[in-house]
Amino acid sequence: MNLLFNGLSLSSIILLASLGLAITFGLMRVINMAHGEFMMIGAYTSYVIQNLLQTWLGNSGADVGYFLSIIIAFAVTFLIGSLLETLVVSRLYGREIDSLLATWGISLILQQAARTIFGTQGVLVTTPKVLSGSIRIGKTSLSMTRLFIIALVACCLLLVWFLMYRTNFGRQMRAVMQNRSMAQCMGINSRKIDNLTFSIGSGLAGIAGCSIALLGSIDSTVGQNYIVNTFMAVVLGGVGKLLGTVLGSSIIGFSSIGFETMTSSSIAKAIVLLIIIIFLQKKPQGLFTVRSRALDE
Amino acid sequence: MKKRMRDLLTAVTCTTLALSMIGCGSSGTDKSADSGEDTVTVGLLHSLTGSMAISEGSIRDAEVLAIDEINADGGVLGKQIEYIEEDGASEPSTFATKAEKLLGEDEVATVFGCWTSSSRKAVKQIFEDYNSLLWYPVQYEGMESSKNIVYMGAAPNQQIVPAIEYLLDQGYTRFFLLGSDYVFPRTANMIINAQIDAVDGAEVVGEEYAAMDQTEFSSIISKIEAAQPDVIINTLNGTGNVSFFKQLADRNITSDDMMTMSFSIAEEEVQTIGADILKGNLVSWNYYETTDTEKNQEFVKAYKEKYGEDRVTSDLAEAAYDAVYMWKAACEKAGSFDTDAVREALDGLSIDAPEGTITVNGENQHISKPVRIGEVKEDGLIYEVSATDGPVEPDPYLTTYDWAVKAGVQPLE
Repeated sequence: MNLLFNGLSLSSIILLASLGLAITFGLMRVINMAHGEFMMIGAYTSYVIQNLLQTWLGNSGADVGYFLSIIIAFAVTFLIGSLLETLVVSRLYGREIDSLLATWGISLILQQAARTIFGTQGVLVTTPKVLSGSIRIGKTSLSMTRLFIIALVACCLLLVWFLMYRTNFGRQMRAVMQNRSMAQCMGINSRKIDNLTFSIGSGLAGIAGCSIALLGSIDSTVGQNYIVNTFMAVVLGGVGKLLGTVLGSSIIGFSSIGFETMTSSSIAKAIVLLIIIIFLQKKPQGLFTVRSRALDE
Repeated sequence: MKKRMRDLLTAVTCTTLALSMIGCGSSGTDKSADSGEDTVTVGLLHSLTGSMAISEGSIRDAEVLAIDEINADGGVLGKQIEYIEEDGASEPSTFATKAEKLLGEDEVATVFGCWTSSSRKAVKQIFEDYNSLLWYPVQYEGMESSKNIVYMGAAPNQQIVPAIEYLLDQGYTRFFLLGSDYVFPRTANMIINAQIDAVDGAEVVGEEYAAMDQTEFSSIISKIEAAQPDVIINTLNGTGNVSFFKQLADRNITSDDMMTMSFSIAEEEVQTIGADILKGNLVSWNYYETTDTEKNQEFVKAYKEKYGEDRVTSDLAEAAYDAVYMWKAACEKAGSFDTDAVREALDGLSIDAPEGTITVNGENQHISKPVRIGEVKEDGLIYEVSATDGPVEPDPYLTTYDWAVKAGVQPLE
């Protein structure tokens, strides 16, 4: 029971962090190394918003501030993502290695900017009253923050699914990603779609940033701790499929917790990596693959 | 004709080479620390970026404060101190490169630096090769004594051993050991295991290590809950502490349910983690901001004046501050900045520090200092709950403890 909850909780954190990447990397094939830094921006946004509201409204402001900051963090990272796409990424489509280097450079710039603005000392987001403490069921205590993150990731997942599969924009988006020239022929403005898609992916990273702010301290390297796991989740799940990312994160989350309980955390890390390597040897495309008629696949 | 031409060329090349070598030699001596100019250059080597920056920033600040105070007071041997600062970037290999640069290129008189044991071990050989002195301000796992390092922080018998003795006295019997996965926590836990094994009725019920940048502690906390210890001995370092205590609080576990004794949480870390989460928990150091000495009041006042009222001093910052003053005292006793002369002067040298009177033990270049067990209070400061009668002599290899000798405690390499 304890194991299940811990696994579910870790999976949900990884999934939330990978959702945005599932879009920017999974659909658009942009290896966005700055994804972790978008999470960092999201985390700092909730820190700033919380402090602002706390000075204006007192302690209740801090609680409201946190929930409000989730939306604001989305907006902020959405805009920065849009800017980044227009200025840098859009010029590098189809050049995966170049975009990897460019976005890595951007991630370093963002990290240094965070250090300059907020200093090297980690900062803390106060957990809202509603979310502090835990519920006890039998022998397990389910912490409220973790339950909240699980709920948050469910909401995000539902929204992304709805957006991708039930709206006109989603249809256009998938059309552009699967066969760009054909989509253009059908009168879809692919530049606009690219920009929106990348921005949404970045915005999701911002939301993930708010959630990791509840778990530990925020400093300029906070995004780096998650970036490897998120890329693994997307690759493992199969690039381009939402369900794949869900499964990929669950596999990594549950197996990490499982092996950690049996052995120690450093050995667990090695075992999980080993499993992923073996798995990708057998199925290099990941769990799910998108069937496409594009000639380059 | 052709042959003579070639000979001529060789001769010219040889002369140029020889001349340039002489040139190098003379410019080298010009730069050395003892050249009669009115400044002396020292190096500061800390992580200003990366995961350790959160901790190392404050000890760097304390060193700069001491340098400024000494300069305002007339300097060392009539020379103003200048410092060259390098960033170790939380990466032992970077520490090594930067140490090489400070000693080889800048030819500094001495270096104040490092925090993690891995960074110290990475530069140790370099300081021995250049025969220079590193002033290391952090409590550490012991089992080392290099004649090119002055260990300003506590050896295990000045922090870990007394803390465990205190807990045993208080009636704690079930210990859980949790640490970051590197040399300090591993050695510390080896020592604690030996110490507890020698006591009837006390036992270690679990031992876990987390990666340095680990943020997910749920399965470790579950393991702790299952083992039901009555005290957790915490040697986590850096940001891992924040995640661990936050997630412990999320599970409604406070110091009333499970006491923790931490060896890497000082005032700075209390600020970051939050006093409301940490209150009631125990730590072990040689100095706290609340330590009641005259020298400390001056130090705290000067520190806050320079860096802001909201800044706190800590054991580490204090040891770093002392290091600069100890170096000054040694240079003045030796009448020179030369490494060998300074080292000779160090033996038995005492200064009046914020933590009390501290004395260098010339044999192992560690410091004899008082030990204080402290409790974190709601105001974010740490208050002494127990202290040793006087300074404790450093014993980095624990040769004076029967249980340590019997268990064969030795360095992990």
